[in-house]
Amino acid sequence: MYATPFRRLMLCFTIFITPSTNLLADTPSDASQKRGLNIAREADRRDAGFGDTSSQMAMVLRNRHGEQTERRMRSKTLEQQNDGDKTLIVFDNPRDVKGTAFLSFTHKTGPDDQWLYLPALKRVKRISSSNKSGPFMGSEFAFEDLSSQEIEKYTYRYLRDEHFDARDHFVIERIPVDPKSGYSRQEVWLDKSEYRVWKIDFYDRKGEHLKTLTASNYRQHLDQYWRAETFEMVNHQTGKSTELTFTQWQFQNGFSDRDFNKNSLKRAR
Amino acid sequence: MFYVSLKAQLRAAVPALLLWTLLAAQVSAETSELSGSVDLQSRWFTQSNLYAEQADNAYSVAAQLDYYRDWDNYRQRLVISAFARIDSADAERSHADLSELYWWRELDDKELYAGIRQVFWGVTETVHLVDIINQTDWVEDIDGEEKLGQPMFSLLSEQAWGTVEIFALLGFRERSFPGPEGRLRDARVVDHDKASYQSSSGKKRIDLALRWSRVLGSWDIGLSHFSGTSRKPILKPVPGNRAPVLAPYYPLIEQSGLDLQKTHGAWLWKLEAISVKQRGDGRNTAVVGGFEYSIFGIADSAADVGLLLEYQFDDRRGRRATSYQNDLAVGARWRLNDFQSTEVLASASVDLDWGTRFLSVEASRRLSNYWSLEAEIRVFDHVPATDPLYTIRNDDYVQLELRRYF
Repeated sequence: MYATPFRRLMLCFTIFITPSTNLLADTPSDASQKRGLNIAREADRRDAGFGDTSSQMAMVLRNRHGEQTERRMRSKTLEQQNDGDKTLIVFDNPRDVKGTAFLSFTHKTGPDDQWLYLPALKRVKRISSSNKSGPFMGSEFAFEDLSSQEIEKYTYRYLRDEHFDARDHFVIERIPVDPKSGYSRQEVWLDKSEYRVWKIDFYDRKGEHLKTLTASNYRQHLDQYWRAETFEMVNHQTGKSTELTFTQWQFQNGFSDRDFNKNSLKRAR
Repeated sequence: MFYVSLKAQLRAAVPALLLWTLLAAQVSAETSELSGSVDLQSRWFTQSNLYAEQADNAYSVAAQLDYYRDWDNYRQRLVISAFARIDSADAERSHADLSELYWWRELDDKELYAGIRQVFWGVTETVHLVDIINQTDWVEDIDGEEKLGQPMFSLLSEQAWGTVEIFALLGFRERSFPGPEGRLRDARVVDHDKASYQSSSGKKRIDLALRWSRVLGSWDIGLSHFSGTSRKPILKPVPGNRAPVLAPYYPLIEQSGLDLQKTHGAWLWKLEAISVKQRGDGRNTAVVGGFEYSIFGIADSAADVGLLLEYQFDDRRGRRATSYQNDLAVGARWRLNDFQSTEVLASASVDLDWGTRFLSVEASRRLSNYWSLEAEIRVFDHVPATDPLYTIRNDDYVQLELRRYF
């Protein structure tokens, strides 16, 4: 029932070059890896320095019979200089989890730190962050889809260019570094002018096409930072889907590290 | 009984309310919210009662109300939480509590609390040794996780070397116990009018507590000390009006506590230890430690399973004995991760000295955004006369709870 929100969900990519990759000769595949990395770095560079954000999140979960249910949350994010972001999410709906709050410190390498506040017991509990592929609040978004997308978490490869919706895109492949990831690989579409992510295809551990994410309603904040307001995740294997919307994006809230610790988690409302 | 405690609580809350009224004048950015829930609970006891007045079934309705208000650009807050239950069988279980009524204020690197609060300390699942600020609401649940509000002043300070909290606990809350008609009790009923205290100030004594806590990478560490009236009474048999009753005696204690958790991948390693010195008596030790291990995505599904093992030790004996003096608890939590957040927690504990087995199954499922359903089964098996649980050996029960949030 917990996860981190999309900070620069797919907007930031970095690269993790393994020693063996570096030793490779300058083959075409090496060139495509460099190009993939450069695209990811550029997307990351363009979103760096955003400082902090807050937003309201709403999810509509649908199954193949057309039944649907809703989730509502609020999230805050604080950018870190040399590490992954810190994120705090407070759940509002469904009502049985209202007041539950989730704190996450993402790390560029190694496991994230996560705590959960359980309001009925007034208890903060450190939880395991190794549940990468599990569903977030019963939705089609896995925890790893929602956590801060640090560059070091994938290796990259440029695949091709593609034109649709009146935009030119790069298509890159990224492969999760973490063996606990639920994915063997992802294909990501970024537009060439602003390096925004418009679509991601997810492939499961067996290499089968599992999910497709599409982003829409991008808005630019502070004349620099693009944030999508709508993400639609469709699971092709189960027919289920989740629509996630972010509203009331706010930048420059003046958050500090003290707003993202176990003590402030207890007070989160 | 509950009128008295409510009155005492309100008296203690007056300073907080006064401060709030004074400060609420400088209102700026402000948020407030009122929410709550109502639940219907049925308990069916599957075995016949051991003591004549006890009922076989109990039906009750409970309500919870929560309010908060932020002002002064989120640097000040007022919190109010109230709880009440009406029970068909046990008059003592029909009770109300003002579990929170406090004012919070953020200062530069400090935070001040004044009023009635609930504070939880600790990391383990089966026993909460370190957790001592609040009195246990025993009639609510025998798991020791339901608490009564504690009036206090407390100051919190965040430093580079950890978080320090100091507490002045104003006024003592007595533990709740079932009445004659209630199950899950001793053969003799606890008579609150016969409560006595080691402290000459009785219930008015101001207890003190101090806690330091820190996160160091994958470690969560807490050290605490409590100086004051024990939350756990010694129950002494005394003559009553008709039959013998139990008189609660609350001794003065010094209790030092350690809580530690190491998070490593899917493993959570946990330890809680306390050293308790009762005034005029010896020093005792209690420890609980073990692990929680999670397996995510069972058989390619969305479900996950958490496994739990904890060992409990306590060297308090005689009237101060606990039921977890040398016990092993195991459990499994199965989460479906479906739309309804269906969840089942099964646990069993074995007393390694007496052979007593305690089995518990808890299941919960969301029915809609506003409704949820919980079921609970508790079984006491193989309880020898030497075990403190002997008097509740016939109190196995099945409980259903339907809750509506508003």
